[in-house]
Amino acid sequence: MSTHTSPDRTTARPGTDELLRVTGLEKHFPITRGAFIRRTVGAVRAVDGVDLTVATGETLGLVGESGCGKSTTGRLISRLLRPTGGSIVFDGRDITDLSVRRMRPLRREIQMIFQDPYSSLNPRHTVGTIVGAPLRVQDIPTPHGVKRAVQELLELVGLSPEHYNRYPHEFSGGQRQRIGIARALALRPKLIVADEPVSALDVSIQAQVVNLLDDLQRELGLTYVFIAHDLSVVKHICDRVAVMYLGKVVEVAPRDALYATPLHPYTLALLSAVPVPDPDRRDRAQRERILLTGDVPSPVDPPSGCRFRTRCWKARERCERETPALRELAGGHLVACHFPVEDAERTPRGRIAAHLAAADVAPATTTPA
Amino acid sequence: MTVGPVTPSTETPSADEPAAVEGRSLGRIAWARLRRDRVALDGGITVLLLILVAALAPLINRVFGHPVNEYHQDRIDPNLGGIPPVGTWGGISSEFLLGVQPVTGRDLFSQILYGAQTSLLIAFAATVLAVVIGIVVGVSAGFFGGWLDSLFSRFMDLILAFPLILFAIALISVLPPTRAFRTAVMIVVIGGFSWPYIGRIVRGQTLSLREREFVESARSIGAGNVRIIVKELLPNLAAPILVYATLIIPTNILFEAALSFLGVGVPPPTPSWGRLLSDAVQYYEYDPTYMVVPGMAIFVTVLAFNLFGDGLRDALDPKANR
Repeated sequence: MSTHTSPDRTTARPGTDELLRVTGLEKHFPITRGAFIRRTVGAVRAVDGVDLTVATGETLGLVGESGCGKSTTGRLISRLLRPTGGSIVFDGRDITDLSVRRMRPLRREIQMIFQDPYSSLNPRHTVGTIVGAPLRVQDIPTPHGVKRAVQELLELVGLSPEHYNRYPHEFSGGQRQRIGIARALALRPKLIVADEPVSALDVSIQAQVVNLLDDLQRELGLTYVFIAHDLSVVKHICDRVAVMYLGKVVEVAPRDALYATPLHPYTLALLSAVPVPDPDRRDRAQRERILLTGDVPSPVDPPSGCRFRTRCWKARERCERETPALRELAGGHLVACHFPVEDAERTPRGRIAAHLAAADVAPATTTPA
Repeated sequence: MTVGPVTPSTETPSADEPAAVEGRSLGRIAWARLRRDRVALDGGITVLLLILVAALAPLINRVFGHPVNEYHQDRIDPNLGGIPPVGTWGGISSEFLLGVQPVTGRDLFSQILYGAQTSLLIAFAATVLAVVIGIVVGVSAGFFGGWLDSLFSRFMDLILAFPLILFAIALISVLPPTRAFRTAVMIVVIGGFSWPYIGRIVRGQTLSLREREFVESARSIGAGNVRIIVKELLPNLAAPILVYATLIIPTNILFEAALSFLGVGVPPPTPSWGRLLSDAVQYYEYDPTYMVVPGMAIFVTVLAFNLFGDGLRDALDPKANR
């Protein structure tokens, strides 16, 4: 998939201007019972203390398996959801508790690209209406009319301006996603939260859309929070990567550092699960693949201490007692683990040992609610 | 900022037509589908004819009929107690196209004609009322959820469980029997009891639409609730609303006929199919045609609306029932 990677990307962290700072972000969805008188009987702790920073112009990847809270984090950052705790500071302004009305002008600066190109476009509207909607809602002056502005946006994302009067169902998945990107760009945002923008697309189309996002970032100076579960896509586009597990960030690192020297056992397992497209190496990769036992524990009742301990082959008594804090072990490389992965474990021999150890971890004692 | 097209999409749109064409909207696709459905189309044409007939009743009556309340005693056979009309089939002739009423000798054709006016007016007005209430309640329940949804949903259940006919008889019979007032009361009663059918459908659809990403996307560009409901949800609700409105019209026609049959419909001498039918009960031994004619009118109307409504549903939502 790596068709082109600009060399300046490898050094990571372009610029140091902080655009977004998320501290201790929490979103607990209440579980209620009763028809008229609702009482709260518990909470799904979808996001439970996430710390992140995003610098202007960079792409931060947010990875993790399904249900780990990465999409919720994205929706909190773009304030489609209201956080139940923590703070979000965007461009120097605290947007954590802004009301819908106060948030409205800020919508111009944070936009989202959605996962499902089929449900993110209203089937009853033409492409022109869909892409022009942000301009109308936000009363953006368009010197040559909304139609011209929309047609320029369509060209910008590689669609023909003649598609203006067409309906979404007349387009393929990749083209629909381009329409979604054009809509997100209409307001010239500073930050774009892309929620798995390519995971619903064919692999051949994924590369096109990822490259489009890459080109747009360079031309328009965009900052991305790129949510994904496909590690090869993340490796291609992201400058830094944050790994999430069960509502918490377990590791943040510049891309190359994360892929070369993962420090969290979960990251090591995740990376070992990336499919190897080379048949000669496949058998070896399979022997070194760390297969975690059991399921992700329920976010209603997460394990005490380190949340990964129930599936971790390195877990000890301390992991149950103490919640590991996110600490910096190398330049820009943060990990939340009491017993980070050591160099020996990243050798083939060490990986095979981890593979065997992980398979022996007893299934979690905490039963999902 | 000069930005050209970057990484152009290699997929060409499914277009074989030249550029700058209008896109095919879902409505136009549905229309193309409906046009191929013969049965639905026939139903639709019949519905259109009926509406036309009701609207132009005075004009048509002047050409083919007689004044509504003109008595033609000469058409009643005096040898048979002055009850059945002269001739066979209820006195159908070139002058009286559908025969005459027993005893009075009024022209049945003009009664049916004006009866269509009464039936369709009440049924349509009641349906409009039902659709308006149904949309307001259904959208608020589905969109805002929570206690409002619980309240509205239970209220809809309550109305659907109500002994409607008994209530209507009791209510209407105690109210003054002037024509305009009765008509208004019937519209309110019929509409006021049929809206939960629309309301439930709209609520369900709103619940599922609300979770679609295009609603989130509208929120992310700063659209408020009103804009989301009007611009994003309602266009998607139009199809099911149209279909179910078409399907409750015949139910409302039947309900109007039933009320008239029970003697609590529009007061005489305003013609009504239901009252013709109830009148015919007295004379069916002498003049069965008198019963068949209004019965057929109701039957054809209800069937036409139902066939059209079913076809409309298939055309607008090809995934259902196939």
